[in-house]
Amino acid sequence: MIEINNVSKYFGDKQVLFDINTCFEEGKVNLIIGRSGSGKTVLMKCLVGLFSPEEGTVLYNNRDFHHMPDTDQRKLRAEMGMVFQGSALFDSMTIQENVMFPLDMFTDIPFEQKLERVNFCLERVDLHDVNRLYPAELSGGMMKRAAIARAIACNPRYLFCDEPNSGLDPKTALMIDELITEITHEFNITTVVNTHDLNSVITIGETISYIYQGRLEWRGSSDNVLTSDNELLNDFIYAQPLTQRIRKKL
Amino acid sequence: MDSMGIGSMLIVSIVSIAMGSVITTQTALQIESSWIPTWTVGFVSRTSIVMELCPTIISLLLVGNLGSRITAEIGSMRVTEQIDALEVMGINPASHLVLPKVLASLIVNPVLIIFSIFFALVGGYLTILITGSVSPYDFIDGLTYCFRVYDVVYALTKTFVFAFVMSTVSSFYGYRIEGGALELGKANTQGIVVSSFIILVLNVLVTQIML
Repeated sequence: MIEINNVSKYFGDKQVLFDINTCFEEGKVNLIIGRSGSGKTVLMKCLVGLFSPEEGTVLYNNRDFHHMPDTDQRKLRAEMGMVFQGSALFDSMTIQENVMFPLDMFTDIPFEQKLERVNFCLERVDLHDVNRLYPAELSGGMMKRAAIARAIACNPRYLFCDEPNSGLDPKTALMIDELITEITHEFNITTVVNTHDLNSVITIGETISYIYQGRLEWRGSSDNVLTSDNELLNDFIYAQPLTQRIRKKL
Repeated sequence: MDSMGIGSMLIVSIVSIAMGSVITTQTALQIESSWIPTWTVGFVSRTSIVMELCPTIISLLLVGNLGSRITAEIGSMRVTEQIDALEVMGINPASHLVLPKVLASLIVNPVLIIFSIFFALVGGYLTILITGSVSPYDFIDGLTYCFRVYDVVYALTKTFVFAFVMSTVSSFYGYRIEGGALELGKANTQGIVVSSFIILVLNVLVTQIML
């Protein structure tokens, strides 16, 4: 479980996160949702240590991430996997080398075992015959799946996905959502997904934290996200004509 | 190291041959007095090429070639979140990305400069053969006259210093990019300008210290 307690983040004089309190549960897909510029990515970067919050704590199973020694922090980072918005695969490496990279860094198992693990991860994300290809030779959806394979290569306890569906067609986006859910349940990972994709909100959000202008405005699940009486959340959820029609039918 | 060294060989050899040819022609034109021996052309050309032109001019050329490549490579990794990915994995991006580039430059640049010196001297010799302004024997006499190993040590010391400046400054400008492609272009230009300026200032300082 990941707990966020009273997290505030400033860039100079500008405060972008205001006293956020929420938690992300183990073995579930936890969503952070909100409009562009609401602070979702900043919050996720605080979670993975790319930013340090000025106030508050981020606890990984009661371990305070930002106030632990560097060596412990490095060990904890080895338990994390992250899928970036643009995949962030290393351009100069083949897909096999990309997926093998965390294994090279954090394990000293023989090459054959690493290769076996790489092939397992690529199979798991339904990528075949791509070992020798470079990221530039893959489609957007394939790159996302390769990034997921890299993220799960070291059997992470925590998986972070920053807008995994952005720039993908609806069908591929759905496939990525399903994959993230399956992997989360199969390996009992604490998964945190940053998204503003409503399909994801409705279909995979086992817990949902809605961020509005840097504040946690609402917390719930996909079961009650459509029926909430929170006006700010409803403004976000029912912003599109399609969802407005659904609301009328509800 | 392969991409940095072999990728620059062609441009380094072309510029060096042209540079050697021009410096030999100009020296031959300046030394027309019968009081000055003709081997002086080879001697002056060699001294200019080994001590100043190749280490400094080729290092400036490499700033534009290898330095901008380093800035673009690290900068694009920053823009596309590849550096963030390394950080999330707990890997120090500076040591993982910058250190190999600095070490590669410290190895590759001196090798390129030695090749450059060779090609510049060949360029000068070919010019003498074609124009016939000085006898080839006199030119080679001049090239070997009073040869000091210290001149080469001096040239390579400058090259090491310039290689370090080029790789670190270029990496710095690539690493600190915030934004997109526009910033990448700006960082590239800044990296080249600042590296070149520092190299020129250090050229004066190293020369004052070593000579």
